[in-house]
Amino acid sequence: MRRYSVLDPTAALTDRLIMNQIGESSRVIDLGCGDGRLLCRLRDEIGCTVQGIELDHREVIEAISKGMPVIQSDLDRGLKEIPEQSFDYAVLSQTLQQVRHPQELLGEMLRVAKRAVILVPNYGHWWIRVQILLHGRAPITGSLPYDWYNTPNLHFLSMIDFRELCEQMKFKIVVEIPIIRGKAAEGAWAANVRADNALYVLEHA
Amino acid sequence: MRHFTAREELRYQENSADMASEIAPPDEINDGLSVGIVQTQFATLFEAPNLLTLESGVKLGPVKVAYESYGELTPEKDNAIFVCHALTGDAHVAGKHSVDSRKSGWWDGLVGPGKALDTTKYFVVCANVLGGCQGTTGPSCINPETGQPYGLKFPFITVGDIVDVHVALVKHLGISRLLGLIGGSLGGMQVLDWISRYPEMAHAAICLATAAKLSAQGIAFNAVGRRAITTDPQFQHGDYYGTDASKYGEAGPRAGLALARMIAHITYLSEASIERKFGRDLQHSDHLAYDLQSETEFKIESYLHYQGKRFIERFDANSYLYLTRAMDYFDLAQRPGSLREALGQTDARFLITSYNSDWLFPSSQSREIVSALLETHRHVTYLELESVFGHDSFLLEIKQLEELVTPLLRETYRRIRTT
Repeated sequence: MRRYSVLDPTAALTDRLIMNQIGESSRVIDLGCGDGRLLCRLRDEIGCTVQGIELDHREVIEAISKGMPVIQSDLDRGLKEIPEQSFDYAVLSQTLQQVRHPQELLGEMLRVAKRAVILVPNYGHWWIRVQILLHGRAPITGSLPYDWYNTPNLHFLSMIDFRELCEQMKFKIVVEIPIIRGKAAEGAWAANVRADNALYVLEHA
Repeated sequence: MRHFTAREELRYQENSADMASEIAPPDEINDGLSVGIVQTQFATLFEAPNLLTLESGVKLGPVKVAYESYGELTPEKDNAIFVCHALTGDAHVAGKHSVDSRKSGWWDGLVGPGKALDTTKYFVVCANVLGGCQGTTGPSCINPETGQPYGLKFPFITVGDIVDVHVALVKHLGISRLLGLIGGSLGGMQVLDWISRYPEMAHAAICLATAAKLSAQGIAFNAVGRRAITTDPQFQHGDYYGTDASKYGEAGPRAGLALARMIAHITYLSEASIERKFGRDLQHSDHLAYDLQSETEFKIESYLHYQGKRFIERFDANSYLYLTRAMDYFDLAQRPGSLREALGQTDARFLITSYNSDWLFPSSQSREIVSALLETHRHVTYLELESVFGHDSFLLEIKQLEELVTPLLRETYRRIRTT
């Protein structure tokens, strides 16, 4: 059975998509940086000054082992210790749907950075619609094969939903890239039905 | 919250707080890897006419410094790590002073072959602080002008003055730039002051359970401790030394110093650790005695009395007054105007840790440092670590610390070796 796929946040493709949005020598904070792999590339390949935030202790140690600066912190508790506008970019990859208060986190991202780069799954994808319609059950995704009661994904949003929230919060969507079967498909038709993921770059309107 | 392991229980009984030489034997804390037998060395610095100008403006010299070093300095002199000890620590970080020594250095679990401060790779130095009583010039030393111990005639000293002596020692050892600085509590304050005023002098700065300034609560506890000493009838305005000033345990405000230690000791623990270790258990009996004269009826009382008693055998009351005052005065932001200014000049990589059960140096104080570092775009790693041991955690949770310090130093060293 074909499964709807959430992009693996550790994939090189995801990194590339995100890196394309970030200017050389920028100050970048990666929220949920894992083992610091993206930060490492940002520093080494395009000369960024980087900072990671990660909750998992083992991942924090991995990031330190790569020479990356990382703060152990729970995104659900906000970014209190990070001063206003101390970064050019705040990156949040495949995590927005997992935090308790996505709206607050988005606000925090644009408090600490000029731009927010966000990669989220699109639950408006046709396969999810089909699953619900045919089976009448909560959809199970390919790379995160969780049941409804143990999934880390707390929120289910479509591209339309995300746009609406940005409008409400007065954030300007500078870049919107639907991702269809792992490929960036800028300007694709019926993106909300076809895209499995989407990448956004936001700034204050 | 996690439970004590059997090994922790044992260590906890045997040691606590920043008690320099009161840490458990090395085989308790590691797997038999030790720097071996070591000796404290001495350097005489700031001899006339190059006296040390203290922050107060007063000049002091010569200054004798007691220090220990472990490992070998590379020909490039790029592998030195300086350890800054806490309030009542000393230069004896690792190894033993003789085969018969009962105890190893106070951070033996962290310093040695294959440990976080790996003495097969790094050259590790620790010196007793100025104003201390473990070999470095302090109030119990002879004042060259009078031929008598300084007592309260010893000049007022600050964390900055302590650091200036460390800096002079490092230069005396032929080292111009350290690989790393590490310290907890008052030791962490020294690291912060050092990297602030000598931003080029270290590639890594590791600050554990510390703060950019002592909290009002911290000052309050210090004040009570000092009061206990100065109101002891034996204090005699600090001139309590007998014929042998090195035996400060024999004369002087013993009761006051012990009391100061008991109070301070409580601040190094946590409610949970005391509760788990002692609870309301009685020391000698199953029954309450209904006797006011019985001072050590509960186990926790007995423990504190014991800690006080041990302390007066190894520490000088005047040093305690001077060093707690230096701690009270410490305010990293004061001179430069802001924390941002203080920390914005260095390219050192920072590792900051706080402990969730530490109420003397709460995490909020570490976060304040982290914020300033982020604001000035410095390289900072910060973790609030879990431990039940309160402020003592940085001395006791060796494995937890090791897994952070080891990669940090390794990466920092690799970077400076490849650039």
